[in-house]
Amino acid sequence: MLWLLFFLVTAIHAELCQPDAENAFKVRLSIRTALGDKAYAWDTNEEYLFKAMVAFSMRKVPNREATEISHVLLCNVTQRVSFWFVVIDPSKNHTLPAVEVQSAIRKNRNRINNAFSLNDQTLEFLKIPSTLAPPTDPSVPIWIIIFGVIFCIVIVAITLLILSGIRQRRRKNKEPSGVDDTEDKCENMITIENGIPCDPLDMKGGHINEAFMTEDERLTPL
Amino acid sequence: MEKARPLWANPLQFVFACISYAVGLGNVWRFPYLCQMYGGGSFLVPYIIMLIVEGMPLLYLELAVGQRMRQGSIGAFRTISPYLSGVGVASVMVSFFLSMYYNVINAWAFWYLFHSFQDPLPWSVCPLNGNRTGYDEECEKASSTQYFWYRKTLNISPSIQENGSVQWEPALCLLLAWLVVYLCILRGTESTGKVVYFTASLPYCVLIIYLVRGLTLHGATNGLMYMFTPKMEQLTNPKAWINAATQIFFSLGLGFGSLIAFASYNEPSSNCQKHAIIVSLINSSTSIFASIVTFSIYGFKATFNYENCLRKVSLLLTNTFDLEDGFLTASNLEEVKGYLASAYPSKYSEVFPHIKNCSLESELDTAVQGTGLAFIVYTEAIKNMEVSQLWSVLYFFMLLMLGIGSMLGNTAAILTPLTDSKIISSHLPKEAISGLVCLISCAIGMVFTTEAGNYWFDIFNDYAATLSLLLIVLVETIAVCYVYGLRRFESDLKAMTGRALSWYWKVMWAGVSPLLIVSLFVFYLSDYILAGTLKYQAWEASQGQLVTKDYPAYALAAIGLLVASSTMCIPLVALGIFVLRCLKRGDAAPVA
Repeated sequence: MLWLLFFLVTAIHAELCQPDAENAFKVRLSIRTALGDKAYAWDTNEEYLFKAMVAFSMRKVPNREATEISHVLLCNVTQRVSFWFVVIDPSKNHTLPAVEVQSAIRKNRNRINNAFSLNDQTLEFLKIPSTLAPPTDPSVPIWIIIFGVIFCIVIVAITLLILSGIRQRRRKNKEPSGVDDTEDKCENMITIENGIPCDPLDMKGGHINEAFMTEDERLTPL
Repeated sequence: MEKARPLWANPLQFVFACISYAVGLGNVWRFPYLCQMYGGGSFLVPYIIMLIVEGMPLLYLELAVGQRMRQGSIGAFRTISPYLSGVGVASVMVSFFLSMYYNVINAWAFWYLFHSFQDPLPWSVCPLNGNRTGYDEECEKASSTQYFWYRKTLNISPSIQENGSVQWEPALCLLLAWLVVYLCILRGTESTGKVVYFTASLPYCVLIIYLVRGLTLHGATNGLMYMFTPKMEQLTNPKAWINAATQIFFSLGLGFGSLIAFASYNEPSSNCQKHAIIVSLINSSTSIFASIVTFSIYGFKATFNYENCLRKVSLLLTNTFDLEDGFLTASNLEEVKGYLASAYPSKYSEVFPHIKNCSLESELDTAVQGTGLAFIVYTEAIKNMEVSQLWSVLYFFMLLMLGIGSMLGNTAAILTPLTDSKIISSHLPKEAISGLVCLISCAIGMVFTTEAGNYWFDIFNDYAATLSLLLIVLVETIAVCYVYGLRRFESDLKAMTGRALSWYWKVMWAGVSPLLIVSLFVFYLSDYILAGTLKYQAWEASQGQLVTKDYPAYALAAIGLLVASSTMCIPLVALGIFVLRCLKRGDAAPVA
């Protein structure tokens, strides 16, 4: 009698877990791709761990805290390594809806991955899309900071160059203008009589003729 | 009292300025493409022949004209003959167009440079889509580097008609690029002379670093072998020779007036023949050097993509047939495929359309030039290297140095005639003139930062300078040889430098080079006419690839205007001067 029941149970289980069965999911592992030389072989112990992880994920769902490892069925394990699994409810009659299993696995994907030292690409749950990690967005984009720094440096350099250019030009303008001023002053002293400038009598062009004796030397010094 | 003309502090500054101007982005992104298209190693044959026959003589001619006339392009040609000052004006116009759109490349280089300081590099990963279950659709269809270029950098619209608005990020980068150029040209040769030490030498440092890194990359030898295996049959292809001539011509930057401007700040006795030979040789060897670097990087990228493709096919087969993970390798892929096809024919025929034929040759065959090479292909290779941030920073820094070096030459071509002209320089100081030119170019350049900006950039890149330059250099050569007189010019040079002019230069200037330019000109014209309507490549976001479209009427009109505004200067100015002279003669006659 017990044997009959046992066969019946396994038969029902076999029906519940089949490729493309209702609420069944296919899992694919690429252990050698992920770990290379450190790859572990996939055996029944690993399967047990997998069942445990799925049960753990289901226990976190409200109303499903009673899920046991025996409620997770695996079948069609291939060399790939790939297999199908279903989660059955405590009455062992029907499988849990796919939506529940899907959301439970999605929420605990990280823990499942870490248990097998794999990642989202090497431990694939077909038909369960993984939530991709959002890229870290700093509050101020980095490029604006660098842009701001270089922009300020360039503006400061331009200002310095322009200011030093203006100062150089002012210095150059002051020197020749000093010489020009005295020349102007002398020219202003040209006296004009009757409209004719007294150029020939102008002191500017005049030289003191050393041949004539100066006032001082009329009296021979003693 | 006339102010002394500013001079280069030493001849090395002049040589560096010419190298910095001539060695530009074209050496990095056009020559490797041409080499690949026209027979690899055998392209070097027409290239070197054209260098000796066309490049060196024309370069020497421009430097000699500038050194002899000691003025910018307008003044130099006015000295040769007042009717020819239109050539100078045309040069200035072409330089103005070039500086408007060339600095946008520097803006993009700044953008990528600033984004290189992140981990991971922003063009190495696709952004996530709305509900975080996958990647952005456009990014999936194209690649992450194409997505970053077309969507994040350009935010390109689907066609040239949809203008969109000015994008503030590239606009800021363009503003910065113009400020940097203004900083370098602010004081004329005094500041330019010091800047060119860096812009000429730093790219070589980076190229050498990249050469060492490139040659040690996995798969680099594939690219090098592919490039340098000569395909001798391409030597009989006339397009190879025409493209070699064109590349030499545009790579040296002849006809813009920059070389005349630079040479006008030279001592009259400096040996411009030696300088011309040095500059042209360095320019060409830089092209070849840069193409070695480019091809080792191509080889790395092609090998990486090929191995990725093989991996994808293996994964597909492993998943479909539930084979053991790691069983399929590159070596046994083919025989396993054969076995599977025979053992499970129905399943295999189902999956067969999805199996891509991975081929290293087809990866290497993707020849790209221009901004696509610099900003898409190179970034794709860089993101796969270790410490990619460092390589990225180095690479875009090199692009910046090359671009700014060329910009210095272009702005010198515009500013030298302006500062030479007494009317303008008496009212405004040098700094104000430079500032005004930079401001106007920057304001107009904002057009290239709109959503359709890249399409306008392509218009300017393809049509603003090509025909006009050929015409300008042709008129220059004829002017010097036949209007000014080759013998007179020869005796001038002998008096200036103390060296006699070799027969080789005389033959080239008077005969061979003008003939070459005429044939290039005829070829280009016939190409445009035969092509019928002009087409452009537009980015289709929904497909994630480029599609060919026709230019609308107003774009064609803009192209015509671009070409006409520079070429028509020559006859129009000549006509104007003629009319003015007739009027003056008419006024003078009654008095006499």
